Amino acid sequence: MTHDSRYDEATLASLKSDAEAIVARYPDRRSGLLPMLHLVQSVDGYVSRDGILFCAEFLGITPAEVSAVATFYTQYKRHPNGTYTVGVCTNTLCAIMGGDAIFDELSEHLGVGHDETTDDGAITLERVECNAACDYAPVMMVNWEFFDNQTPDSAKAVTDDLRAGKPVTPTRGAQHVCTFKQVSRVLAGFPDGLADEGGLAGAPTLAGLKLARENGWTAPAVPAAGAPEGESK
Amino acid sequence: MTTLTPVLTDTWDKERSWSLDTYLAAADGYTGLRKALTMPQGDIVAAVKDSGLRGRGGAGFPTGLKWSFLPPDDGKPRYLVVNADESEPGTCKDIPLIMASPHHLVEGVAITSVAINCHHAFIYVRGEVVHVYRRLLQAVQEAYDAGYLGKNVLGTGFDLEVTVHAGAGAYICGEETALLDSLEGLRGQPRLKPPFPAVEGLYARPTVVNNVESIASVPSIVRNGVDWFKSMGTERSTGMGLFSLSGHVTRPGQYEAPLGITLRELLDMAGGMREGHQIKFWTPGGSSTPMFSDKHLDIPLDYESVGAAKSMLGTRALQIFDETTCVVRATSRWMDFYAHESCGKCTPCREGTYWLKQVLRRIEDGGGVDADIDLMVDLCDNILGRAFCALGDGATSPVTSSIELFRDEYQAHIDNHGCPFDPVRSALFEYTPKAGALAGSAGGH
Ligand SMILES: Cc1cc2nc3c(=O)[nH]c(=O)nc-3n(C[C@H](O)[C@H](O)[C@H](O)COP(=O)(O)O)c2cc1C
Ligand code: SF4
Repeated sequence: MTHDSRYDEATLASLKSDAEAIVARYPDRRSGLLPMLHLVQSVDGYVSRDGILFCAEFLGITPAEVSAVATFYTQYKRHPNGTYTVGVCTNTLCAIMGGDAIFDELSEHLGVGHDETTDDGAITLERVECNAACDYAPVMMVNWEFFDNQTPDSAKAVTDDLRAGKPVTPTRGAQHVCTFKQVSRVLAGFPDGLADEGGLAGAPTLAGLKLARENGWTAPAVPAAGAPEGESK
Repeated sequence: MTTLTPVLTDTWDKERSWSLDTYLAAADGYTGLRKALTMPQGDIVAAVKDSGLRGRGGAGFPTGLKWSFLPPDDGKPRYLVVNADESEPGTCKDIPLIMASPHHLVEGVAITSVAINCHHAFIYVRGEVVHVYRRLLQAVQEAYDAGYLGKNVLGTGFDLEVTVHAGAGAYICGEETALLDSLEGLRGQPRLKPPFPAVEGLYARPTVVNNVESIASVPSIVRNGVDWFKSMGTERSTGMGLFSLSGHVTRPGQYEAPLGITLRELLDMAGGMREGHQIKFWTPGGSSTPMFSDKHLDIPLDYESVGAAKSMLGTRALQIFDETTCVVRATSRWMDFYAHESCGKCTPCREGTYWLKQVLRRIEDGGGVDADIDLMVDLCDNILGRAFCALGDGATSPVTSSIELFRDEYQAHIDNHGCPFDPVRSALFEYTPKAGALAGSAGGH
């Protein structure tokens, strides 16, 4: 049995050079495995058999060791993913604020259940766990960009636009949602130059600060000689 | 009256708040690093110790003390690993912090590295927040370009490399030893402690693991002094912290306040509960901290007071639910989460969360029997203190605390063979429920 992956020469060459760049970030090459799996997804749209073999060969570990890692983490897909992962938070806070209703309606609207992909290959629907945006509940993630304060209608409109190939703008994030493969490449640690997009934080992020500004509340003044070593700011 | 004390949040309303330019102009950016580079390393550690700063990632361990546990420098590598995995339900402070002002964190990483003589630091960011990862990658690059990171930091001869690493979706990777395994390219499963990371951490070398907010607070301490930091908060819970209000409140969001503020004060600032409703239950620090009710509004939110009230300050993740909310539904859904995220390494948590999930589901769906409540208490008893890591312990918190506060509500589900609450009333929008067959039930994933 051969363990060789079946990438064509050009793909293999670029995978290898990207993987070299990844492992160079760590004192130990094995630390590169998680970003390498994101890299594989950026090429194949999921963690393919070829991708597993490539990682194993490149890191000098067994395919079983790679699979053991790949199957542990929810962001690694075992089947070809849609162009867009649409994840509705159905953890407690979001679920109760309306996430359950959003998931149910989206599921009906798209004709797919959790971890299933629409026939046109556009959307993979998921239930996601808490995504650290509870002050914007109910939250939906599209390719790991934030869509805050959703309703069933707003969520359906987003998926309709995605399927129609129209550009879609997250509430906090890049100007437009990138594809699953493009985002996977960013998660492998290769910047896409979009960090400056998206502007100011949303209202909940700024809620306390706004109130402080309105009331003239500030942190305590710095005592004149209070700093260690006496150097003033 | 307690007022808000914007320190970490203070730059967030500035244009391009995430950029180095803004950080330099609006927050005296990197003056803390400049000062730290002139200080003996021991003095930086001592300052952080004296400040009383306690870990903002949940457990509240004194930060300076943790740093001082590193064994004497043997000239070989020692590491700083920042925990930006933020996945505890309700917790939503580190992610907006990095999105809005990543340089607070990057400067903190640089100062901490100087303090503990680390030359390679890592920031482990959960993978499900791509724009946050973009901003952090860019901030680190800006800091390299400006000479705050890299070879010969600010001409001092100190070298510091920083690697920003994206995870791939696993709550357990927030547990510090699981995080280290994950960072080494393995399945993220907790390690036996001791040895603690300070002694054998990343690549079996001495390692400090700290939360984003802990590290981001360090520059302000170095810059403004220990007394300044201690002038906020209480005697044993010093400084400011991000309080994250979510749920049925008028203006949910981030409120940076001195530790010891109460929920009553915070709710007041947030415009109260949504109109026409009253508070029913809330978590002081995420789903793994025992829940409180309307009787606990005046407890000072500091480590000691919340602990004395039999919960934990945790991550100050204040998830707030009004009287329309079914506590059984809330708890059942949290248990789905723990069962899903249990790493499977130890039996009490792997099996216990599975069974708790089944029993809760049964009660929620109307099939509960009288013995179920005691069965759950018994199950929790067999997990708490017997699980390999704190995930298992945390999983019992919502169950035991909700039974303690709302036992009648569980009993009502059992007696009436179903849930007396209408989920439509607790949603933030009007809708007509659809029983979609495809959608399946939550927790089936
Ligand atoms: C299941 C579990 C998840 C955790 N998740 C996080 C997390 O996302 N971020 C974090 O800083 N700490 C998390 N912790 C706590 C860490 O283990 C560790 O205590 C913390 O990162 C130390 O930093 P600190 O002392 O600055 O708080 C988690 C703990 C457990 C048991
Ligand atoms: S308590 Fe749960 S998460 Fe922690 S080691 Fe045991 S099975 Fe894994």
